[in-house]
Amino acid sequence: MPDTVYFFGTCLIDTLFPRAGLAAMQLLRRAGVRVIFPQGQTCCGQPAYNSGYRDEARAVARAQLDAFPADLPVVVPSASCAGMLRVQYPLLFADTADAARAEAFAGRVVELADFLVRVLDVRLIDLGPPIRVAVHNSCSARRELGVADATMDLLGRLARVELVEPERAAECCGFGGAFSVKQPEISAAMAGDKARAILATGAAVLVGQDCGCLMNLGGTLARQGGGPLVRHLAEFIWERTHRDD
Amino acid sequence: MTTEFRLAIGAALRQDRVRGNIRRAMDGLVTKRREAFPDPQERESLRDEGAAIRAESVARLPELLEELERTCTGNGIQVHWAETGADANQIVLGILRAAGANAILKGKSMVSEEMGLNEFLQRQGIEALETDLGEIIIQLAHEAPSHIIAPAIHKDRAEVAALFRKHFPDQPPAQQIEELTALARTVMRERFRGMTAGLSGVNFAVAETGTLCLVENEGNGRLCTTLPDVHIAVMGIEKVVARLDQVPTLLTLLTRSATGQPITTYVNMISGPRRAGEKDGPTAVHLILLDNGRSRIHADPELSATLRCIRCAACMNHCPVYARLGGHAYGTVYPGPIGSILEPQLQGLAVRGEMAEASSLCGACAEVCPVRIPIPRLLNRLRYEAVSTRAASPTLGHGSRRLVVQSGIWRLWSWTCAHPRAYRALTRLLGLLRRLQPTRLPPWTDTREAPRLAPESLHRQARAAGFSDRA
Repeated sequence: MPDTVYFFGTCLIDTLFPRAGLAAMQLLRRAGVRVIFPQGQTCCGQPAYNSGYRDEARAVARAQLDAFPADLPVVVPSASCAGMLRVQYPLLFADTADAARAEAFAGRVVELADFLVRVLDVRLIDLGPPIRVAVHNSCSARRELGVADATMDLLGRLARVELVEPERAAECCGFGGAFSVKQPEISAAMAGDKARAILATGAAVLVGQDCGCLMNLGGTLARQGGGPLVRHLAEFIWERTHRDD
Repeated sequence: MTTEFRLAIGAALRQDRVRGNIRRAMDGLVTKRREAFPDPQERESLRDEGAAIRAESVARLPELLEELERTCTGNGIQVHWAETGADANQIVLGILRAAGANAILKGKSMVSEEMGLNEFLQRQGIEALETDLGEIIIQLAHEAPSHIIAPAIHKDRAEVAALFRKHFPDQPPAQQIEELTALARTVMRERFRGMTAGLSGVNFAVAETGTLCLVENEGNGRLCTTLPDVHIAVMGIEKVVARLDQVPTLLTLLTRSATGQPITTYVNMISGPRRAGEKDGPTAVHLILLDNGRSRIHADPELSATLRCIRCAACMNHCPVYARLGGHAYGTVYPGPIGSILEPQLQGLAVRGEMAEASSLCGACAEVCPVRIPIPRLLNRLRYEAVSTRAASPTLGHGSRRLVVQSGIWRLWSWTCAHPRAYRALTRLLGLLRRLQPTRLPPWTDTREAPRLAPESLHRQARAAGFSDRA
């Protein structure tokens, strides 16, 4: 078991949902791991990369390679960004001077739930009341990284949490980064259907591992009024297992 | 950016009935595919095999096509090469004129849609009669196919019944599926009588033996290829495979992925015209090999994976975007994920580049593709080609979608995120000014509440909570 890890906070968490990032670091620290947060980190570069701007994405990605120099695991509380770092970086840097560096970096990247379950095998003591939780596993978690099982496993360690998957759980929520801006109508139709399926579960909280999806679904649910609370996986777990003394 | 596609998207999303019809059909096909592959391990090894076979076919395309021409010719099949759809149409016309045919029976063929064959023949005074039930329905409705294996998937039973009532007033009115198919059968039987020419597509053409494989469920394909004196088969050049022993794997993948069937009702293996002593079959078989941009796709080592496609439509059936839009909104012959990588390459990025943007890159298509085409990866590549300023690229319309303002924004974003000090200063400033953040950010906020900037970034909170910066 590694005693020290890097933490990659992601730009969405950094600017919009810092509590999710802090909760993730606290979970790691409580499990006995020293967590390093390099101040040189910014964004994984995915927005530009998926929009076709590879040179612009590469410049940003190179800054991340610089920011995590030591040979330590890089824990990422977002399957989408972890997928970018782990799967896409080697492709982005193929045939460049940074190819070997990107390969080595990619090999160190671990998604948060995967790390907590597979590497740390954390035990969670559920302090909250019985609750029904709808889970939204992102497309990156399901397909690009294959860590959706880890999310379910991790949440399953909370004794009083009943997990439900909404209808058509494997279907995309319609965020897709720039897709939600470039194709707003299709994106809204996808998010709307997803929101209805989540409401139908009767869950009190919607939990996911990607703030992009949560922002999309949370924003849609909020516009419809009512609906479940929306929480990042780390923040939800931290809230249920942490007592302020 | 108000394009034709954008307008079509809006219109498609407002058609609740069509959306419902498509969704129901999709759900059915998804379930059937899942049940057709009960063992995930077997499914994955089959996909590996299929991908390898098709990758080999694409890699050896020029030599396999030459071999196919040789073996087909040896079997008595007359082989024609067409560079464009217009060329292919002329070849069909020439054959029909020589045969003295003023009408042609058609089995389902997406390549003939690509050629615009029906409209072309109509202009020449030749009637093209569709015989596939789905194709008959959309031909009666004067529409294009909205799906590559189920052309009328957007229509429900009531709509088909109304269409039949209007066009066949002499027939007893039909309501139930059985009555509707019986009616179509009665009408079609009359049409098959005495036709001199038939046209079909090709699912696979075997280079080794000069065999054309054609799968179907209704028997109309077999009638089109055996009843008339002349059979014309049209295929995209990528449909060639090296050996006959590769066909069972591909057929298994094709039918299971498409409709969940272990095998279709009819599997036709056409290996030449009627031979002496044979009781049926055409006296002449023509094969038209259509390029129409495919050799250009073939030239790129990454994008050429597009040509592996066996047209099963599993990507469409699993695509959340296709499920919302249906096929017509794309405005192209091939819709959905495969269309979104194929059409921009066939027609050029300047014309169809936006199709590559109409995907959230969720990966559902690649997850089901029986020949493992990395569709999201290719969409990403096409987006890159569309905005790239790199000098040489074989991709048609390369660089045509680069806009000054958009590329300026990305350059600015890139510079900021590549300079951590600037990034931290900017996020700090945004945090301080967050009360000035607009609550309306169209189009995002047309259907969603806007996210609110946090007062303190994670960078600052991590430092405050005592997390160190360095190892």
